[in-house]
Amino acid sequence: MELAATKYAFELADVTYRYDEITALDGLSLQIESGRRIAVLGANGSGKSTLLRLLDGLYFPDKGTIKSFGEPLTEEAMQDEEFAFAFRRRVALVFQNPDVQLFNPTVFDEVAFGPLQLRWEKSDIRRRIDETLESLEISHLKDRSPHRLSGGEKKRVALASVLILEPEVLLMDEPTAALDPKSRGHVIDFLADRSNAARTVITATHDLDIIEDIADHCLVFENGRLAADGTPSAILADHDLLERTNLIHAHRHRHPDGSFHTHPHAHRFHEHDHEHK
Amino acid sequence: MNKTTSAKSRRHSGTFVERTLTGLVRKTERALFAEEIARADGLLQRLDPRVKIVGLLSLVVTVTLSRNLFTILSVFALGVILAVLSKVPVRELALRIWLSALFFTGAIAVPVLFITAGEPLLRIPLIGWTITAQGLTSALYLTSRVEATATLSILLVLCTSWSSVLKGLRVLHVPVVFVVILGMTYRYIFVILETARDMFEARRSRLVGRLDGRERRHIAAGSIGVLLTKSFYLHHEVFLAMQSRGFRGEVYVLDEFAMHSRDWLALAGFAVLVGAAVWLGRQESLQTLLNLS
Repeated sequence: MELAATKYAFELADVTYRYDEITALDGLSLQIESGRRIAVLGANGSGKSTLLRLLDGLYFPDKGTIKSFGEPLTEEAMQDEEFAFAFRRRVALVFQNPDVQLFNPTVFDEVAFGPLQLRWEKSDIRRRIDETLESLEISHLKDRSPHRLSGGEKKRVALASVLILEPEVLLMDEPTAALDPKSRGHVIDFLADRSNAARTVITATHDLDIIEDIADHCLVFENGRLAADGTPSAILADHDLLERTNLIHAHRHRHPDGSFHTHPHAHRFHEHDHEHK
Repeated sequence: MNKTTSAKSRRHSGTFVERTLTGLVRKTERALFAEEIARADGLLQRLDPRVKIVGLLSLVVTVTLSRNLFTILSVFALGVILAVLSKVPVRELALRIWLSALFFTGAIAVPVLFITAGEPLLRIPLIGWTITAQGLTSALYLTSRVEATATLSILLVLCTSWSSVLKGLRVLHVPVVFVVILGMTYRYIFVILETARDMFEARRSRLVGRLDGRERRHIAAGSIGVLLTKSFYLHHEVFLAMQSRGFRGEVYVLDEFAMHSRDWLALAGFAVLVGAAVWLGRQESLQTLLNLS
């Protein structure tokens, strides 16, 4: 089964998702066009990760509907093997914690896992593994166990494990969390490179430093609702919005004359938007 | 000063749970050390895992069933030669495997020397206990068999990465699901152990002085509960990650083994050795060896 090429990769209508008593997403409606690079911004607990899991067909809404490539994305639809294979081939999720995603004994087995489940030809799988590892410059890790990898290496292997499927939509959950500066740079370079395999990239993050590089549109979440959306420059310029949604905080510091001063602090390259006395 | 030393030693020894955890972490580090050996450029490391599993396990079975001490000792000697050619540190082998095996088997073998009825061989002065020929035979067989089989088994484990051992198990028709579950268990032991260690270190960093037993038990029970909850969460997340890449309840795997000429040669070598050991091991030769008859 082939899912048709459509204008929208995802269409959400009045989607609500609850974890018992806690409402993670509350009546969310939005459309995500194919080919866009979206940054989903929000503080911890704002519903970013839940949204990605709904878009990946891992969770299903308590209320409302989700369509993927024009087809309803429901639990019943995912029971259908043909639909599920076509969907998994087109949409891939990179989890925040790479240890969750790397469950195989070696890097080779990890990257082979997805294609094997989707019943690819074994000769194709071997060829694609080599190409994918090469493209992410991790061929030397092929026979290593995941527990012997650094945080940055784990993240790249996690990426390889989904990129081998050549997904049209790549969902990334906090891709730069807990990475050293060099590994963070690698991930940003990858996301900023428009020639990479995925056509639509949706990245959940609260790292404001990277969004101008990785996204052309931002969705800002607050308590499970869409608080704002717009271009990265417009969102970053709206300090009131960023402060209200806990993406920046009030920074208090003392000047040489002994007086205290408070201003919004976005952690963007650690620049202060005023002159110190 | 004495007080300080005593406090330091108490702090160092920690609670039972902490000591257990430290022991487990050390074992983890040993597992990492074992993987270094598995990646070394030695004789056994170059062989296909299936050949190693079939060859070494066949020798283990042969030694276990052999009734010829010379054969058992020869296989043990072969194990030592294989260890040297496979760059396994013999000192490490002696300390970790041979001494341990000797200690635990000795606990069984020593009484056997005296309690087995048979021809008296030697009388121990002062205590007057008698070692019998049959007792000595049994003790020698037991000890040499354990040493030989332990050496061959540890060579298999040390010279083969865990992932290859798992894949090789499929040759023995172990079900794929079982092999995959074993692999995932091994993978997440490290993650959960690290989590547990971090939790205990975080707790220790905030403790001053010494807690009484009840408080320690209370904290340990709480920590175990938290670790269990974290494990459940991890299990849920891993399952989602598997589903996300197309897992639908059935496991598919990719075997990456290829037999080269050296593997066929090694397989033939193992077959000859096993054949010779079986043929030689058919009859008892201890009496000839010890010249007892």
